[in-house]
Amino acid sequence: MSFDTVDNARHTPDEDQPWAELGLKEDEYQRIREILGRRPSSSELAMYSVMWSEHCSYKSSKVHLRQFGEKQTEAAKESLLVGIGENAGVVDIGDGWAVTFKVESHNHPSYVEPYQGAATGVGGIVRDILTMGARPIAVMDPLRFGPADAPDTRRVLPGVVAGIGGYGNCLGLPNIGGEVVFDESYAGNPLVNALCVGSLRHDEIKLAKATGVGNLVVLFGAKTGGDGIGGVSVLASETFDADKPSKRPSVQVGDPFTEKLLIECCLEIFAEDLVVGIQDLGGAGISCATSEMASAGTGGMHVVLDRVPLRDPTLSPEEILMSESQERMCAVVEPAKLDRFMGICQRWDITATVIGEVTDTDRLVIEWHSETVVDVPPRTVAHEGPVYQRPYGRPADQDARQADAPTAQRLVRPTTSVELRDTLLRLVSSPNLAAKGWVTSQYDKYVQGNTVLAQPEDAGVVRVDEKTGRGVAISTDANGRFTKLDPYAGAQLALAEAYRNVAATGAKPLAVTNCLNFGSPEDPAVMWQFAEAVRGLADACEALDVPVTGGNVSFYNQTGEVAILPTPVVGVLGVIDDVARRTPMALGPEGESVLLVGETRDELGGSEWAHVVHGHLGGLPPTVDLQRERQLAEILVAGSRDGMLTAAHDVSEGGVALALVEMALRGGRGARVVLPDDVDPFVALFSESTGRAVVVVPRSEELRFTDMCVARHVPVARVGVVDGVGDQAELAVQGQFSVSLAQLRTASEATLPALFGPSVG
Amino acid sequence: MARIGVVTFPGSLDDRDAARAITVAGGEPVPLWHKDRSLAGVDAVVLPGGFSYGDYLRCGAIARFAPVMEMIIDGAQGGLPVLGICNGFQILCETHLLPGALTRNDSLHFVCRDQRLRIDSTSTPWTSDYALGQEIVVPLKNGEGGYVADERTLDELEAEGRVVARYLEVNPNGSRRDIAGISNAAGNVVGLMPHPEHAVEPLTGPSTDGLAFFTSILTRLARA
Repeated sequence: MSFDTVDNARHTPDEDQPWAELGLKEDEYQRIREILGRRPSSSELAMYSVMWSEHCSYKSSKVHLRQFGEKQTEAAKESLLVGIGENAGVVDIGDGWAVTFKVESHNHPSYVEPYQGAATGVGGIVRDILTMGARPIAVMDPLRFGPADAPDTRRVLPGVVAGIGGYGNCLGLPNIGGEVVFDESYAGNPLVNALCVGSLRHDEIKLAKATGVGNLVVLFGAKTGGDGIGGVSVLASETFDADKPSKRPSVQVGDPFTEKLLIECCLEIFAEDLVVGIQDLGGAGISCATSEMASAGTGGMHVVLDRVPLRDPTLSPEEILMSESQERMCAVVEPAKLDRFMGICQRWDITATVIGEVTDTDRLVIEWHSETVVDVPPRTVAHEGPVYQRPYGRPADQDARQADAPTAQRLVRPTTSVELRDTLLRLVSSPNLAAKGWVTSQYDKYVQGNTVLAQPEDAGVVRVDEKTGRGVAISTDANGRFTKLDPYAGAQLALAEAYRNVAATGAKPLAVTNCLNFGSPEDPAVMWQFAEAVRGLADACEALDVPVTGGNVSFYNQTGEVAILPTPVVGVLGVIDDVARRTPMALGPEGESVLLVGETRDELGGSEWAHVVHGHLGGLPPTVDLQRERQLAEILVAGSRDGMLTAAHDVSEGGVALALVEMALRGGRGARVVLPDDVDPFVALFSESTGRAVVVVPRSEELRFTDMCVARHVPVARVGVVDGVGDQAELAVQGQFSVSLAQLRTASEATLPALFGPSVG
Repeated sequence: MARIGVVTFPGSLDDRDAARAITVAGGEPVPLWHKDRSLAGVDAVVLPGGFSYGDYLRCGAIARFAPVMEMIIDGAQGGLPVLGICNGFQILCETHLLPGALTRNDSLHFVCRDQRLRIDSTSTPWTSDYALGQEIVVPLKNGEGGYVADERTLDELEAEGRVVARYLEVNPNGSRRDIAGISNAAGNVVGLMPHPEHAVEPLTGPSTDGLAFFTSILTRLARA
């Protein structure tokens, strides 16, 4: 079989090369020729094409993402052990413990092949966390689909959920939270984001670098096959188009069993300190691992590609370099430690092969059948890819959209008690606000025995240290509707909500990760949304003194000309000294006071009410007040620490009304609610003003708690009393209406099974 | 202190949880590896939940042939107390230490829920600390937990008092006669689909109802 070599490339400068088919632009191809001083060999072209893809190189987003580092405050840096740029950031949570967490997208594969796409999304993020030297301890999945009743949603959603469950459950990782959101704009572009968190001791951090001349490069885990070729380039970095061929072969196929073995094997290897550097193989496969590790290390690496164990012996060198076969890792090992390294792999029945070594040449050289097929400066592949200043501009219809506010004149509002009650039931049963048990009951939330809170709680809380009870809380949030109305504010609102959710459980918010899902960066309107969202998020992190520790950008989420709602998913991680102090969301016990902390204004732009009842998206989203969010968080954390709070729940989509319903259903208890006199009942119930939480406090703590709020100048008002237990109990809004828990439960829990089939729940 | 072995197969997931439950109950967990050819002198064995060998074939079908299982089968036939939880139950059925099989849930979905059970036998060494007919709530999480056996076997299990636990309120997986757990004729081998090891601490479980499985065996071993 003939193949292209570096030598051949020198002698045949004019040969036609399929750079366009591989997703490169003409000027990018020309730049590769300039770097090398010749045409690239076909193997080199394969490497550059995947590494310079949007997905791997961040070429359109880089110039904006810099703000996350530039705007980091000194206070934010204090807790950061490893920042942006590594596989995942590492945060100090005290007592010598650290955690690493990150959220990533697997959107395009999950649309093409929902089960495998979603499954390998979990697998990929788990390996990112493992690579840092951490034991993965939990996962969560923010998901977005087209309309709940659309036929294609019935294809995509069950497959995605089964894939996440099938992979995550088999790895033994509790799934503790996430989101399920439906919107027309995600039809044809579902968003499947996956988050993983892992724990480690400070001195256990591992980095992806190939240092030490003569050290060995070991590939271990699954064998390399022909799946996922071009996953990052032709699949993730292009829009979908009805006329193009099926992209199913670009989706990887997962094997969670092998990944589970790989996790345990790596943790034993780490425990004996057997690696100099380690990198997982995800997007762009061997191309990525070798070039990134060489680039971050001593600078040179020599790889013998023939040594890569193959599932399919007919694969060409180009295919081996581009394959995204799952469950593979690459480590740099000192020769003296190789035997022990191999011994542990053997114990776990993991295939491990020395494929090369670190050199002092500043070149990444790859040979195949004794010929050189790659000879490149690794930095040009991994870290010095193209950078674009994409043009961006405020969309032409943005002003008109913002002017179309949902005032009482523009949209009919419920006024009578019957109308208010009907509105509540309609919102409770709407797919976005209804119970998500159909999804979450397919995930194991108990495994590892450290889950303290899981969905539908505000944040997932897991214990990290069994002796002291030290633990972490994580929440992910995004509101594409708010972000469409004002991308700058929308990204800040996502951060504010996740921050508030973490604080509601009693944890102190500490660090941020993000997954920025947008349409095509080649559309100036989309690029404007992106630039504004990044600026907004960076400014908000600065205001709240929380560092962005890493994240992921997913562009090209659009079919034809129509982009998705701009969806910056923000994950916030917080620390809680003792998980026994966590605050759950369930109402209880009878007779305790229900308080509303924060201020309610007439803010219904982008609200669930406007969406569900009127199909309207206009005006401005709720006002962002980050200092208020910080004060509220301090109150919630102090209230938990000092044992003042029985329950707390953040107020967000659906307003106070939905917060109360969720707390009542969670606790199986009713409440008697008294709305404040000075606010319109509809606004009091359904406005989505931020910086608010509903809390339950024992009578004995009420004065102490309200004093604490007053001292911080945060409004607080008693809005009700917890009532009795059982389905006959009611949520009664004095002077307006009452609804039995049984009716609320049916409204909330029947929606998803009616759409997607019966569920044991 | 009684020493209870917990086997780790490739793909076992709830092995640490089972060990924790043994510790909480006051026993000493002893890790056993699937390739071991000795049981290290343990007094009882727990086969934990998980997806041994990925369960790509029939659940438990490969784990049944692990070297450590030879010792466990021999031991069980000689009276060694063995508790198989979830995947462990599946493995015990594959070894024929217990009759019947676990099939795909009738919902065709993996299901994770807090499950109400009734303890229908307290004569096994794993359930003696419960009251007969006691209702408990413990996590259940499986994709292939539907217990099936032929009618004659089911009748025998009922007649001999070998149905250890039954599902109440909801049958989550289509198990015949709501069976959640069974024992062998001698009672020393128990298989259970739900997960008592996830209900031993109020902080992390829906209850502490599962703890009595582990205190039962310690009580029994202390007497022996």
